[in-house]
Amino acid sequence: MSSEIKNVHAEGEHADHEGMTKKRILKIFYILTAITCVEFFIALVIARHYPGALWINPAYIVLTLLKAYFIVAFFMHLKFEKVGLALAIIVPILFIIGLILVLTNESHYWIGLRLQ
Amino acid sequence: MSTAVTQHVDEVKSTPWSGGRSPFNVEYGKMMMWFFLLSDAFTFSSLLISYGAIRFSAAAWPSPSLVFQSVPGTSIEHGAPLVFVGIMTFILIASSVTMVLAVEAGHRNAKKEVITWMLFTILGGLMFLSCQALEWNHLHSEGFWWGHIPNAETMKEFFKAGTPLSQQALSSHQFANLFFTITGFHGFHVFSGVVINIIITINVLLGTYQKRGSYLMIEKVGLYWHFVDLVWVFVFTFFYLV
Repeated sequence: MSSEIKNVHAEGEHADHEGMTKKRILKIFYILTAITCVEFFIALVIARHYPGALWINPAYIVLTLLKAYFIVAFFMHLKFEKVGLALAIIVPILFIIGLILVLTNESHYWIGLRLQ
Repeated sequence: MSTAVTQHVDEVKSTPWSGGRSPFNVEYGKMMMWFFLLSDAFTFSSLLISYGAIRFSAAAWPSPSLVFQSVPGTSIEHGAPLVFVGIMTFILIASSVTMVLAVEAGHRNAKKEVITWMLFTILGGLMFLSCQALEWNHLHSEGFWWGHIPNAETMKEFFKAGTPLSQQALSSHQFANLFFTITGFHGFHVFSGVVINIIITINVLLGTYQKRGSYLMIEKVGLYWHFVDLVWVFVFTFFYLV
């Protein structure tokens, strides 16, 4: 039984080695930097040409979530962990959507209060 | 018959969830770090979502491209929006990269490389904190602080022309309190991260993990450090870009 545990650990460590090599780390770094540059381009160039465009804030949020995915999946290594662990972390995070919906609704109500 | 049953029972016992080993195949401390970060993610999202709700319902809001258009520490006072925060973001992402490189060196038990990359990570953290101190000092010199706003003359530069003074005063108060609370809470996380990284680096220097035969502790502090970077990605978007 104990040898079996050791095997599992050895395999796990082997998977870690394959998960993040130096080359792959640098690739993720370039991706993160590129996404940040796109955000700057939107803020400094596009947003000035089309002030008040409705798609700009959603674009920022999509790019932010993309960066979050690369950090959590590769830097924090969650992509290479057991699916059970990944689900135990990601599923509770979805509750945050509930808070966003509730407080968006609440802030609509606050605007209504001010207009009265 | 009886042997077949025994074999069958053994088979059942060897599944990941039948006990005797971690079903997630991670060490206890690392799993607990993940769950701590989950709780921290809830704290930060509560703060950021409250900020969103307050800003969304506000009649006016100080424009980020006008509030953050200087480069503190230099003579550039106007016309450089996002430049300083761009430097801060780059520093934090770079220090996250050096952290992964330390973890990767730890997998190879390369003590010297671990120390080098950890020192770079600590340096990045200290640089970020210095930038944040400059930024706070700059906003403070303009008159922003918890419960304090700039005088009417300075304040009107941050708003669209024609915004009533009462609206400017109200939303500047909200902006100041939320900005210092949220970036302060994040900065405190960076500070604790730097302290933890220093302690771990001293342990590496003393050879603690060499004796233990595993640099898993680097992975655990690495998770915390990446989380700090992750939170900054969101703070950056919602305070400086949106």
